Amino acid sequence: MSTQTAPAPAARPTAPGSGMGTWASDVWTVTWRNLIKFRRNPEMLLFAVLQPIMFVLLFSQVYAGSIQIEGGDYTNYLMAGIFGQTVLFGSTFSGFQMAQDLKEGMIDRFRTLPMHDSAVLFGRTNADLALNAISMVIMMLTGLAVGWRFTDGWVSFLGGVAILLVFSYAFSWVMTLLGIIVPTPEVINNASFMILFPLTFISNAFVQTDTLPRVLEVIANWNPISALVQAARELFGNTGDAPTPDTWPMQNPVVTVIVGSILLMVIFVPLAVNRFRQASSR
Amino acid sequence: MTIIEAQDLRKTYRSRSGDVHALDGLSLSVPEGTVKGLLGPNGAGKTTAVKVLNTLLRPDSGTATVAGVDVLRDPEGVRRVIGASGQYAAVDEHLTGRENLEMVGRLYHLGGSTAKGRAQELLEQFDLVDAGDRPVKGFSGGMRRRIDLACALVNNPQILFLDEPTTGLDPRSRLGLWEVIKTLVGEGTTVLLTTQYLEEADYLADDISVIDHGTVIADGTADELKAQVGGHRVVVTLVDAGQSGAAREVLRRHGTDDVQADSAGRTLSVPVDGGPQTLQQVLAALGEAGVELHDAGMRRPTLDDVFLTLTGREQADDTDVDVKESA
Ligand SMILES: Nc1ncnc2c1ncn2[C@@H]1O[C@H](COP(=O)(O)OP(=O)(O)OP(=O)(O)O)[C@@H](O)[C@H]1O
Ligand SMILES: [Mg+2]
Repeated sequence: MSTQTAPAPAARPTAPGSGMGTWASDVWTVTWRNLIKFRRNPEMLLFAVLQPIMFVLLFSQVYAGSIQIEGGDYTNYLMAGIFGQTVLFGSTFSGFQMAQDLKEGMIDRFRTLPMHDSAVLFGRTNADLALNAISMVIMMLTGLAVGWRFTDGWVSFLGGVAILLVFSYAFSWVMTLLGIIVPTPEVINNASFMILFPLTFISNAFVQTDTLPRVLEVIANWNPISALVQAARELFGNTGDAPTPDTWPMQNPVVTVIVGSILLMVIFVPLAVNRFRQASSR
Repeated sequence: MTIIEAQDLRKTYRSRSGDVHALDGLSLSVPEGTVKGLLGPNGAGKTTAVKVLNTLLRPDSGTATVAGVDVLRDPEGVRRVIGASGQYAAVDEHLTGRENLEMVGRLYHLGGSTAKGRAQELLEQFDLVDAGDRPVKGFSGGMRRRIDLACALVNNPQILFLDEPTTGLDPRSRLGLWEVIKTLVGEGTTVLLTTQYLEEADYLADDISVIDHGTVIADGTADELKAQVGGHRVVVTLVDAGQSGAAREVLRRHGTDDVQADSAGRTLSVPVDGGPQTLQQVLAALGEAGVELHDAGMRRPTLDDVFLTLTGREQADDTDVDVKESA
């Protein structure tokens, strides 16, 4: 180690640590760091890229012959379900990574810097949104390759993409809060599989809900995931002649998802930020 | 002028197996431009104290100011003027060394190009230019330690908190870091460091606080502390550890305080009043008792003696330092 480095006076922090400008810059710096981590972490990319491809291929090739959709084609029907499932599971990254950062001590570094606490969380959810968007593009290309078509025009198509991403962003805040609370990252993985698998399977993601046993059908028709899938399915023009169940969320799926996502953010952003301020590393 | 001041800090960790009073009325004060060393056995509360002062942890009670800023009321104001390196390196594994430094620079709001320039300077200063563009994942423990320390210096902090900064460093890197710290202090930086290496405290620290059970049990310069444990010591090394009982008995008769032994029981020492005559008397008495010596001499007390004397008596078995034995 050489010792003679003149102190660089310019390197004293100049900007005050408050204000929108420094907040945006902090958020961007943390987002950038998280994106680099994705790029250097093959497991993560594999999960984000290969898993959606696998799901699209498996479901469309294995079930297309045996599951009937009234007046429609199963591949078309299925895609919105797989998109919904993928963004839901993609959001669990936020929780896992948050818990991981706390465990590895990285949060201790952030917390001795004069940065905005909330930037750590926004940088987290932003990066995960980007990852989810990439997953989505890949899934859609795979879908197109196996015969999926959206039939309501581009505007409606983009609306469908947007609603999936909005939900995934809002839900990643729920997972972020969980990531701050749980003792180890593994808990997030186990817990999310225990909760999210039933949530996607007892829904309209892969089958029409009127084919389910009565009790499950009722649950499925009120399940928020059903509303998400229904919204995307309608916007992609993929519902066929399948009847729309007559619960309010299923009749108004787009409104349900948008209002639901806003509610999630209003509740969970402040909760997560507040909880993060109190959390120390493990 | 006092730049770090802590008053009566208390922090209790609650767990199923009972409460741990990690800080139990700890007070500290560090004058500007000096180095304060915190010494103490494992679990004494050193890390907890440092974490309260660098805003990572809120104490249950007590007050602390850093550079005149209240740690509890304005943590962000404190963060702007300090640099901190914890006991375990807090760097991002997947980022390169350079990216870690740049990220920290940006989060200090230095601006992109200043952050880049500062990263380069620090890589050079810490001898990491070659490795700087590889992900930290592939760094050795010592390199990780160095990049972590470099992160703490990005903003040219006015006050530096270092928790066991040289643990895991090879001798060359350790000396290198000592020089870095000396240089920074020469430029006016105040340093609070904890260490397990007493020679490190001896070399770097202007003032030392010995901590045990969450409170300061002794305070002063290295020389003052050494004076507290008495003047010269007679030290003997035995040929056969089996004779340590007899040797201890002789030393006890000539000494002014308890006899200390290393873990093997071969090297014994005791503080004495007199000069070389006392050594002669001890040697004669040992000869009469038939104790064979490998080595014998007198020396001034070291910080090790201070440490053992001050923390040895009621020390639990959670420490790996040599156990002091009463004769
Ligand atoms: N997060 C925690 N939860 C529960 N107990 C803790 C926690 N952190 C520290 N402690 C306890 O508080 C006491 C002081 O710990 P601290 O880490 O401050 O000691 P230290 O002097 O730094 O020790 P070392 O030399 O081993 O680093 C110890 O008994 C430790 O077990
Ligand atoms: Mg410690």
